[in-house]
Amino acid sequence: MKRRVFSIVLAGVICVLPLFCNPYWTDVCVSVGLFALLSLSLNVMLGQAGIFNMGHAAFFAVGAYAAAILNTVCQWPIFLTMIPAGIAAGVFALAVARPIIHLRGDYLLVVTIGIVEIVRIALINDVFGLTGGANGIFNISRPSLFGVKIYKGWQFYYLVWGVTAVSMLLFYGLWRSRFGRALNCIKEDDIAAEGCGINVVGYKLAAFSLGAFWAGMAGAIYASKMVTIAPESFNFSESVLLFAAVILSGGSQLGVLCSVFLFFGLPEVLREFSDARMLIFGLAMMAMMIWRPQGLLPPLPRRYRVAAAAGDGKK
Amino acid sequence: MEQFFQQLFNGLAVGGIYALVALGYTMVYGVLKLINFAHGDLFTIGSYLGLTMLVSWNLSGLLPPFLGMLVVFVMVSLFVALIGWALERAAYRPLRNASRLSAVVSALGASIFFENAIMLVYGARVYVYPDFLRPDFVLNIFGVAIPAMRIIVITVTVALMFGLWGFIQRTKMGAAIRAVALDQGAARLMGINVDRVISLVFLIGPALGGAAGLLIGVYYGQIDFTMGWNYGLKAFTAAILGGIGNIPGAMLGGFLLGVTEAFAAAYIAVAWKDAVAFLALILILIIRPTGILGERTADKL
Repeated sequence: MKRRVFSIVLAGVICVLPLFCNPYWTDVCVSVGLFALLSLSLNVMLGQAGIFNMGHAAFFAVGAYAAAILNTVCQWPIFLTMIPAGIAAGVFALAVARPIIHLRGDYLLVVTIGIVEIVRIALINDVFGLTGGANGIFNISRPSLFGVKIYKGWQFYYLVWGVTAVSMLLFYGLWRSRFGRALNCIKEDDIAAEGCGINVVGYKLAAFSLGAFWAGMAGAIYASKMVTIAPESFNFSESVLLFAAVILSGGSQLGVLCSVFLFFGLPEVLREFSDARMLIFGLAMMAMMIWRPQGLLPPLPRRYRVAAAAGDGKK
Repeated sequence: MEQFFQQLFNGLAVGGIYALVALGYTMVYGVLKLINFAHGDLFTIGSYLGLTMLVSWNLSGLLPPFLGMLVVFVMVSLFVALIGWALERAAYRPLRNASRLSAVVSALGASIFFENAIMLVYGARVYVYPDFLRPDFVLNIFGVAIPAMRIIVITVTVALMFGLWGFIQRTKMGAAIRAVALDQGAARLMGINVDRVISLVFLIGPALGGAAGLLIGVYYGQIDFTMGWNYGLKAFTAAILGGIGNIPGAMLGGFLLGVTEAFAAAYIAVAWKDAVAFLALILILIIRPTGILGERTADKL
């Protein structure tokens, strides 16, 4: 109940926030929104299925570059590139995850770090002659919706948070579905899940590609927001931050939003604190695992309506 | 041919350093089945502490150069060993009975903590080791010019590895470490103080890592606070390559990775040098997760 009140207040604050912000703070809120979208997409694999992916920036990068290339070379409008960007990231994720998905958590973590580094090095070295090398891609166009060009801070704010809100609804539906239950089961104990007849590899791959798909779409929005993208924006420490945020959140969407504010919003508010923020988050990760391993706000247990008629077997 | 031997020795020197760091990963993995992600940052701490002692405390100036270097070497190893020991007490021991992934997250937290602690103490800039430490004469071996520094690094790393190997194989404490790595429960029943053995491993591994940090500082002459991740990942790759948990494997893996990287940089492209190591890591985990010297186990990776 407390949580519901908190969520409604939070949603209200997010809705009216740009009215009270100057352009600088609106801009900060836009990037917090993008990180929220990314963390929510990472939450599908890391929070829900327990897939230790520390290379989320790689999928974000693939999406951003796919959108940027479609936009600058083929002149596609940004909104049209969002789906192909997501598909590019998802397919890339599927291709790289297929051979490694069976690895145990800590090994998977190391391999995904390797992937994000390889992607970054490949982008810097201008692999297909399309990525522009170390300088990146310039002149990505702004999105336009119903003939209105989106370029002001508050317009981006509502675009990003609107997409985030829709994603949260969809992810909530996913969590409640058979798919979500299967992922949670895999997270708790993948051998038991296998024993229950859950196709562990299949579900893990699906969660991985889905999360990457969403990260790719976030990449398209990011590209149009920044107008310029470069390999250095998708480095490994970005992935570490996202990973830490999702781990500390505990896996509920509300928790993810809270930790995104803690990780990406608070350092902007407390400038003097921003140098030490990673130090504190590192300590928090250790302390959290010792005293509160379930995270900040773990998802509440699922509730099922039990049919009034006994013995009807419907759950 | 000249270039071939140059790169071979360069690769062996860097590989020796990877191997020293890899030993820390592999020993901790052997006894705790934990990837100690903070190990790379202990390595960085070693190189920063070494710099402080050499420059600010001017240890190498007060004593004769060789003796000064030796004192710095020993002190860096001791300090880093103490930090490693404290790390185990604070971050890993409370999680001994928790799920393995909790300990991994704690290790990541420790790594982030150390990295940023170094940044806050020293600042985010790149530091340069004083270059009077690097002997600049060149040895001429069978017509191939090899900088003496490379020979020194290779000698030091190999000596440390033989020392460790002797300790593990010949002493009682070494036998205890091997026993704990094989089966903790059985070792406890045989009267081995498992906690003490684990503490010992967290003293030896970081000591070697710290020494490697000092060596990399002297060898490359340039250090920065984020290098722990990079070298840590490569050393981890080396440990996996040789078979994680296997001490000779880590040494072999380190040298192999160093040489591969040096050749890749020389004959393929310098820009792709780092990608080669990561690609190697991914390929090993896919094709032969137990590494070259690792035995097949039922435990799935």
